[in-house]
Amino acid sequence: MSGTEKNNWLEKVRAMVGREALPPQTAADPVNLPMIRRWCEAMGESDPKYLDGTAAPPAMLFVWTMGHFRAGPGREGGTLLGLDLVEAAGFTSVVATNVEEEYLRELRCGDVLTQRITLDAISEEKKTGLGVGHFVTYRYEFSDQKGEVVGRTLFRVLKFRPPAKTNETAARVDTDTAGVTQPLHPRPAITRDGAFFWEGLNQRKLLVRKCGSCGRLHHPPGPMCPDCNSLEWTTQQCSGRGRIHSFVVVHQPQIPGFQYPLPVALVDLEEGVRIVANLRDIAPGKVRINMPVEVEFVEVGKDFVIPAFRERQAG
Amino acid sequence: MVARITFESVHAGQQLPRLDVPITASLIVAGAIATSDFSLVHHDKAHAQAAGTPDIFMNILTSNGLVQRFVHDWAGPGARIKGLKMRLGAPNFPGDAMQLSGTVTAKEVIGQDRIVEVAVSGKNRLGEHVTATVRLALP
Repeated sequence: MSGTEKNNWLEKVRAMVGREALPPQTAADPVNLPMIRRWCEAMGESDPKYLDGTAAPPAMLFVWTMGHFRAGPGREGGTLLGLDLVEAAGFTSVVATNVEEEYLRELRCGDVLTQRITLDAISEEKKTGLGVGHFVTYRYEFSDQKGEVVGRTLFRVLKFRPPAKTNETAARVDTDTAGVTQPLHPRPAITRDGAFFWEGLNQRKLLVRKCGSCGRLHHPPGPMCPDCNSLEWTTQQCSGRGRIHSFVVVHQPQIPGFQYPLPVALVDLEEGVRIVANLRDIAPGKVRINMPVEVEFVEVGKDFVIPAFRERQAG
Repeated sequence: MVARITFESVHAGQQLPRLDVPITASLIVAGAIATSDFSLVHHDKAHAQAAGTPDIFMNILTSNGLVQRFVHDWAGPGARIKGLKMRLGAPNFPGDAMQLSGTVTAKEVIGQDRIVEVAVSGKNRLGEHVTATVRLALP
């Protein structure tokens, strides 16, 4: 998608800010005791004033006008204003990120709520842990059968593009002997400049970029030779042997998918380039600068291999 | 619900009793249905996996309900929740557990309401699932 097209849809959504996001919708059912009791049971809420129907739990404000499992007469859902454009731009997945609520009065059984929704904001494109996306914010106003406003909700979602090619692997969850699921190893963002590196690892080869013009080696890969500015390039397979130039031992922050404390080294490869990788089978206290190491290919997921280094006998 | 909490008895910095919530598929599904959220990612594991997550995960309205129940358990039946602001982070997946903790951060009298603000954090194995500020009126 070109920058112009991108701006076009985003500008269109921005122009809609402040407008009604859906026609006003009245709850199919009034505030009622069976739904309150079911909610209390799920949440573990035990206040008698909820369980006997004197009041509805405030956190249920948003529930009364929620959509239904099956659409039908009086149960039409509809897409919130702007979301179709966001989805057409490729941001098809959704996750709720923020809720801000204001409860102006306690709700009682028999209250019939009507919701009015306004598109409040759309963010710039953001990189998030889930993928690239936009935060979209809506304001909900809830009024009762007399037209009196009883509460307000600000609801923000992240609409994001699911990372490519991760469905199959993300769906696979490793299970250890205790039956406890292990979090998956985070995946790198693979670009055209660095794809050869990851493809090489899958074939248990450590490849680095070699300039097609001056022949120098570079890592990490980039589009242009930093020495002679050539755009021509090829690759060279490395021996996998080197020495530790420097290292850190990571204790915090702990990211799911790794074992801590985690020694991470900057390794001088024999070929003269440096690479950052985890160290394996070395006690963190034993790691030394200039320690001879060799590469090991670690399969952390299906078709997902990362390089790591272990101590090697010098020679 | 035990001792009666009053506006006078509460002070800034006060810790709420912690609450551990085991996250099960049953809780996630029961919460989704109780909040009328029929999004497939909250009850259909195959769909959740196709959408790129390892399992079904808790919906935000259930997290909201659990946070408010946690604060309401402490404050007692005389309290009225007036509002909250919450932000979600790491998802709640089945097999995990969420530890809810809370601290009183502010007290103020607004008109006839005696308002206390509580900062809540819900942590699971992946990190911080929810951070919230809950405002409630105390007797």
